[in-house]
Amino acid sequence: MTTTLDSPRRKTSAFLYRKPRLRLGLLLSAPMLWLGLAYLGALAALFVTAFWSTDVFTGQVVTEWSLNNFVTLFSDAVYRTITFRTVGIAALVTVVTAIIAFPMAFYMAKFASPRARRLLVIAVMTPLWASYLVKAYAWRTMLSGNGVLHWLLNPFGLDTPGYGVLATVITLSYLWLPYMILPIYAGLERLPNSLVDASGDLGARPFRTFRSVVLPVTFPAVVAGSIFTFSLSLGDYIAVKIVGGTSQMLGNVVYDNIGAANNLPFAATVATVPVVIMLAYLAAVRRTGALDNL
Amino acid sequence: MKNRKLALAGLLGAGLLVAACGTSGSSSTAAAPGGQGFTPPKLDALAQLGQPEGQVNVLAWPGYAENGSNDPAVDWVTGFEKETGCKVNVKAFGTSDEAVSLMKTGQYDVISASGDASLRLIASGDVEPVNTALVPNYADVFDFLKNRPWNSVNNVSYGVPHGWGANLLTWRTDKVNPAPTSWSVMFDANSPYKGKITAYDSPIYIADAALYLQTHKPELGIKNPYALDDKQFQAAVDLLKQQRPMVAEYWSDYLKESQALKSGDAVVGTAWQVTVNLTKSEGAPVESVLPSEGATGWSDTWMVGAKSPHKTCSYKWLNHIVSPKANAQVAEYFGESPSNPKACAETKNKAHCETFHAGDAAYASKIQYWTTPIAQCLDGRTDVKCKDYGEWTRAWTEIKG
Repeated sequence: MTTTLDSPRRKTSAFLYRKPRLRLGLLLSAPMLWLGLAYLGALAALFVTAFWSTDVFTGQVVTEWSLNNFVTLFSDAVYRTITFRTVGIAALVTVVTAIIAFPMAFYMAKFASPRARRLLVIAVMTPLWASYLVKAYAWRTMLSGNGVLHWLLNPFGLDTPGYGVLATVITLSYLWLPYMILPIYAGLERLPNSLVDASGDLGARPFRTFRSVVLPVTFPAVVAGSIFTFSLSLGDYIAVKIVGGTSQMLGNVVYDNIGAANNLPFAATVATVPVVIMLAYLAAVRRTGALDNL
Repeated sequence: MKNRKLALAGLLGAGLLVAACGTSGSSSTAAAPGGQGFTPPKLDALAQLGQPEGQVNVLAWPGYAENGSNDPAVDWVTGFEKETGCKVNVKAFGTSDEAVSLMKTGQYDVISASGDASLRLIASGDVEPVNTALVPNYADVFDFLKNRPWNSVNNVSYGVPHGWGANLLTWRTDKVNPAPTSWSVMFDANSPYKGKITAYDSPIYIADAALYLQTHKPELGIKNPYALDDKQFQAAVDLLKQQRPMVAEYWSDYLKESQALKSGDAVVGTAWQVTVNLTKSEGAPVESVLPSEGATGWSDTWMVGAKSPHKTCSYKWLNHIVSPKANAQVAEYFGESPSNPKACAETKNKAHCETFHAGDAAYASKIQYWTTPIAQCLDGRTDVKCKDYGEWTRAWTEIKG
């Protein structure tokens, strides 16, 4: 027994046992390295690059500090327009998905049998298994001037919205819907049925119960879902390229500056815009307790 | 709401402050003005071939160097490898800009560069002059493709012409009447096809507008759509801004455009011959024409990397890729006009050269090939500064709004 006690492995564990801080440090070193280097490091590199410029002809990055990129970003009206359009699309997508997701999640959490619930969760997840591109192109076909939507709506005197901002909102809402349903479903599941019953016993009608009990309790879950839909829409550039007609979002400006112009520094400058918007958004929703829901 | 407005005002205020402070421009272009706008670094072409080095690293547009791995029937690389003992490593790129940055790594021996990349590669010293005497098949190549502004500087050849094509005016024959012969169906503010127009999604498309203005606004004095001074550039940008509300969508993927033409969401636009052929083969009635104003287009060049350690294999590749058989295979697979007239006898579809107007110098002369716009005017003017590609890109973002 003494041999095992003195074995190096034993010694190390004993040593670590006596040093809780070191133990914690070792345990966290891998994720902290990942977070610090790969994640925040990349963000920092992005931010630094934003102050550089490129030699437009040879395409080499010039590592001289200058605010030129930010001047362009703030002084050109077009970038403001694109930023507002992007935020508008992201906000609309969030609202649309929340409106569609809530009843769905409500049914799943409160009414469906356990078996049906499992099937519904799977059904909600299935679109995530298919390629993003296939789904976006499918919407392109459906929204086309002689597509399914035109055929469905024509008898009612309506027509497909065609390619544009509205088409982008529809497509993105479809794409991100699962990311809204699942957090709300999780939030509703945590809502005790007894609260709803108590509200009824106290004489509240269903709508009043919904407004005063269900919604306040699940609001953080909705906000948690909105973080996904909002940030995913904010960074998207593919859907808008496929169904957006002539309109562009922030992601397209980033993409064009890398792909066409080979201007990595300016692309980095534009890329800081969604980061700043997201930070502001997170700061705003922190108070709702939504972040505890993630 | 009040807070948000306040934050917004603060943001704008900060922006104005930054703008007011002003900053120095720091665009340093290594190349000084020369006979053709710039002087490339002094590099010598290979004097003579040596022993094949055993391999060659090829940087190519997709479809330009097929080795049978995508489709066993499409292979013009394996034979070359057996014949010369040069193993071919292919890397495909998606855009000219990606090609330029990959070439900078110095890991590639040869590249198929379009005109909007080749000048940049020459100016930065990433490619070197080519001794065409060491490429026997070069003699066969159409004369009108040799020593052009995008593949030579001061009459020194920097590569071997590969293939070319035009950005054509394309329309649905059942929806557009009469058949258009001018770009005005796309640019005129009163075009009856408003909202059904599709245009190419790239800064280089500004040249299409400039080309249109060359004929329709001669007082601007545009001679070369890639050499635009402030006034000419602004006119082209304004024309495109006027066109934007009429555009259904911009395309960068030719399959997306083909689909829009098929569904009728777009009835007129700028397209490549390969798009027209594809759309036609899928049953949509489309037709294309080289309009009276001419058109923009591309002409690709195989170039040799300056740092290449595999020069002999590189030259053998250059010779192989413009040989009648290989040139025909590439042109047919990719859908463009071959550069070697002898390739026309080798194509599977005997009408290929006719469809793509190979060897039709008169047709080719109506095409303004993509060239990188640089600050030194490419049309030889020295009294004004022209807009460089960086400014073209910014303007393109602005046009799309």
